[in-house]
Amino acid sequence: METLLGIKGPDFVMLAADTTHARSIIVMKEDQNKIHKVSDSLLISTVGESGDTEQFTEFISKNIALYKMRNGYDLSPRESAHFTRKNLAEYLRSRTPYQVFMFVAGYDPNAGPELTFIDYLANALPVNYAGHGYGAIFASSIYDRYWHPNITQAEAYDVFKKCIAEIQKRLVVNLKNFTVAVVDKDGVRDLEPISAASLAA
Amino acid sequence: MSILAYNGGCVVAMRGKDCVAIATDHRFGIQAQTISTDFKKVFHIGPRMFLGLTGLQTDILTVRDRLMFRKNLYETRENREMCPKPFSAMMSSFLYEHRFGPYFIEPVVAGLDPKTMEPFICNMDLIGCPNAPDDFVVAGTCAEQLYGMCETLWKPDLEPDQLFEVIAQSIVNAFDRDAMSGWGATVYIIEKDKITERTLKTRMD
Repeated sequence: METLLGIKGPDFVMLAADTTHARSIIVMKEDQNKIHKVSDSLLISTVGESGDTEQFTEFISKNIALYKMRNGYDLSPRESAHFTRKNLAEYLRSRTPYQVFMFVAGYDPNAGPELTFIDYLANALPVNYAGHGYGAIFASSIYDRYWHPNITQAEAYDVFKKCIAEIQKRLVVNLKNFTVAVVDKDGVRDLEPISAASLAA
Repeated sequence: MSILAYNGGCVVAMRGKDCVAIATDHRFGIQAQTISTDFKKVFHIGPRMFLGLTGLQTDILTVRDRLMFRKNLYETRENREMCPKPFSAMMSSFLYEHRFGPYFIEPVVAGLDPKTMEPFICNMDLIGCPNAPDDFVVAGTCAEQLYGMCETLWKPDLEPDQLFEVIAQSIVNAFDRDAMSGWGATVYIIEKDKITERTLKTRMD
């Protein structure tokens, strides 16, 4: 039901996530943030089974924080994605698997930006652009048309606007609001949320 | 649908005269939806040894990492390079350790024996039943098509450049008849003094 979007550019990664928290047929709240700031240059966005998303993201981000305290330096985005995938894969074959879909997005001063797609089976892959959830069905063709290797942050934000306009037009589920965040050489930043109202204006 | 066909993809390996070839497609999908078109399922795991894994992508990554761990441990302990034959035996027992909760992969090993330079190819099912023939091995969602193509094009004692042509035509024409595989291919030709990697442009649909 919920939707995550992600775009990687030459020197940044941008994420968008809807803010709906629904349980069964009822919308519980419309201002839930699903993009978590894990470190100075790492974002993790998560959707899936509602308890699992919170628990698993917290477990991963606190372990990444612990790694920094112990070693005095941060886990790189690639290493963070590997750590996340490994844990998810181990839990998958346990009695208590986590049903979460996520993006691990980060910026490494040496290796550049990295966007990793991870699904609940712990299928994981670095990608240039991708989506999770029903909204991603509409987003993939828009990405294919508008993404290019030298995409700027303004262009990526516009691509998100196009995707969200399409999701709000065609998807049965009502996803009013999307938060947007970006990570680049200056760190993690929230951008203006994209909503039905802001798209109409 | 089978969990082995959840992500799609295929791998094929062939023996030639003093050389082997292994080829992979590039698709990574979730059922019918293509997520990425640059996921290679063949990994360079030794100076003259390649490992191809098809099936569930999460298990491709896990098995690749765990086998690399075991191989590195073997090489540190024995202080010598691991040959394709013992590597396959190790993989077979590794997969059978998970007999009642298997990794959903079909592996392919291709390489040259570091001492004798004898070509070696091998594939397995998901619980590690090995098969090491002297012609070709196939794996993936278009295994049937690959068998058809390989059976038609392969002949004994192919030279490296002929072997490239045969394996390239086999994989391309096999996965063009499969919606779950394709979107480009990579072929590796392993000879005793060099490894050639070639990327194939194919139909992107």
